[in-house]
Amino acid sequence: MKKRTFGTYSLAIGAFAMVMTGCGGKKDESTEAPASTAVPAAGKTVDAATAGEVTGSVKLDGAAPKMRTISMAAEPNCAKAHSGPVTSEEVVTGDGGALANVVVYVKSGLDGYSFPAPSTPVKFEQQGCQYHPHVAGVMVGQNIDVANADMTTHNIHPIPKVNREWNESQPPGAAPIEKSFPRDEIAIPVKCNIHPWMKAYMAVLPNPYFQVTTKDGAFDLKNLPPGTYTLTAWHELYGTSDQTVTIGAKESKAVTFVFKATPPAAD
Amino acid sequence: MNTAPNPSLHKYAVFTAICTFLLLIAGALVTSNDAGLSVPTWPLAWGTVTPPMVGGIVYEWSHRVIAATIGFLTIILAVWLWMAEKRPWMRWMGFAALSGVIAQGILGGMTVRMFQPPPVSAAHATLAQLFFSTVVAIAFFTGSWWQSDIAEVEDEGNPPVRSLTVWTVAAVFLQLILGAAFRHKGFGIFPHLIGAVIVTILVFKTAAALKRRFADTPPLRKCANVLHILIGVQLLLGAGAWWSRIYSARFPQPIPVMVVFTVVHTVTGALLLATTLLTALVTHRMIRPGTAVAEPSASPQQVAQ
Repeated sequence: MKKRTFGTYSLAIGAFAMVMTGCGGKKDESTEAPASTAVPAAGKTVDAATAGEVTGSVKLDGAAPKMRTISMAAEPNCAKAHSGPVTSEEVVTGDGGALANVVVYVKSGLDGYSFPAPSTPVKFEQQGCQYHPHVAGVMVGQNIDVANADMTTHNIHPIPKVNREWNESQPPGAAPIEKSFPRDEIAIPVKCNIHPWMKAYMAVLPNPYFQVTTKDGAFDLKNLPPGTYTLTAWHELYGTSDQTVTIGAKESKAVTFVFKATPPAAD
Repeated sequence: MNTAPNPSLHKYAVFTAICTFLLLIAGALVTSNDAGLSVPTWPLAWGTVTPPMVGGIVYEWSHRVIAATIGFLTIILAVWLWMAEKRPWMRWMGFAALSGVIAQGILGGMTVRMFQPPPVSAAHATLAQLFFSTVVAIAFFTGSWWQSDIAEVEDEGNPPVRSLTVWTVAAVFLQLILGAAFRHKGFGIFPHLIGAVIVTILVFKTAAALKRRFADTPPLRKCANVLHILIGVQLLLGAGAWWSRIYSARFPQPIPVMVVFTVVHTVTGALLLATTLLTALVTHRMIRPGTAVAEPSASPQQVAQ
């Protein structure tokens, strides 16, 4: 539960005039200078000749909770996009307990390095009234192209704690919405207030050493300079798990993250 | 106190109060269906008044349309009171209702444009209940009962019922703030649960005092009966709302049982506030202040017990 301070209350009242006059001062995130990449990449650079990698997998220990079926009855355009029942993507597992939708990233150990945001945008699509991908990894300042492939209007509403919140509608056939986040944050919930079952997460990272697992639970962080790192695995339900790994020049290390399965809250 | 009642004005005020109750239901449906930001623009929906009525837009836009209607009804009520009322304080009550509905609209706009900050959303929910109670009070004051000669009774008990009713109104109002803050993620459930205990004690104490001391005074006995029924129903609804929230926590979307429990619990809270307010008004109208007990002029016929 978010704790609201008196300052928040004061801010709410203070912002009243601006809101009412339509001058909320909302600045498009995409126009903001990214906090972590504002400075040109003047730090150390990674020497490909000595770089190593960390590979591994994420597993769920125990039976995965049964996911609830989503009812799209309130929106015929959503319902007819699916031939069968659609379930929540909160916990998605593959063979042998492999856990999907886990963000594995380097949390610390890269001091002195700086990484510019890739010029290629991350695609974030609304299709069948679901977000694809369910968990997206993106670098600070990297563009995210939000597209709507459905025959209905969606809201894209990220609810960050560190970055600025926004809520924009996207009717069918509209041009992609281009956004970025200027500060690193793990992970920003995204929802559609028109279709309350639509939920996703955006992990905003300060370096390129991250990957979101698929149903095989595997990850591979390439081109890591030699050093000692804290690797973190984040899952929307199971939280985070840290591991320390040291790699030498051209070395490859394997790491396995295991999350304990928790039973569903209610059945 | 004795002015000529205006039946048309009274009926109109009652109509406005009923419509306001429907607005409370519509507002509660928005929150329970998590549809508060389905229309991210305000006051219009993407520049139109006829958005596609799908998903959460159904709840959010309906709420705004009903709210606008209540706004117009309140303007008429305030103007009517200003022109027709002989009692200056009633004219100002109409003005207060109008100010309330305007402030409520502004808070509604703020909650949309500021992404539902808990203080603003909770203030919007609380003012809704306050506005409803104001319109109910206007309807009550314009009625014939309030404006008729009423035989006063004396309260020989302790604590005085007049004080008890005031404390009860205050406690219910505070409890509604705590409920709104919980609903809009400002607080946890604990303050609301503590509030529930205090409100229950006060309502039972007030209702019991009314029944015991004024068994032969029908208006006061009726108030006690309604209070007993409402607090019982509200406690059950509160337990149901809590259970349904826990039960539905892992569902991917709001489920009907949770929506029904939370909406009915919310609007019953509004009814409880209005009822405790009416009870306070009735007791203050019928029961002499405590100091009057000692006055020798009180006739035996006026003493209920």
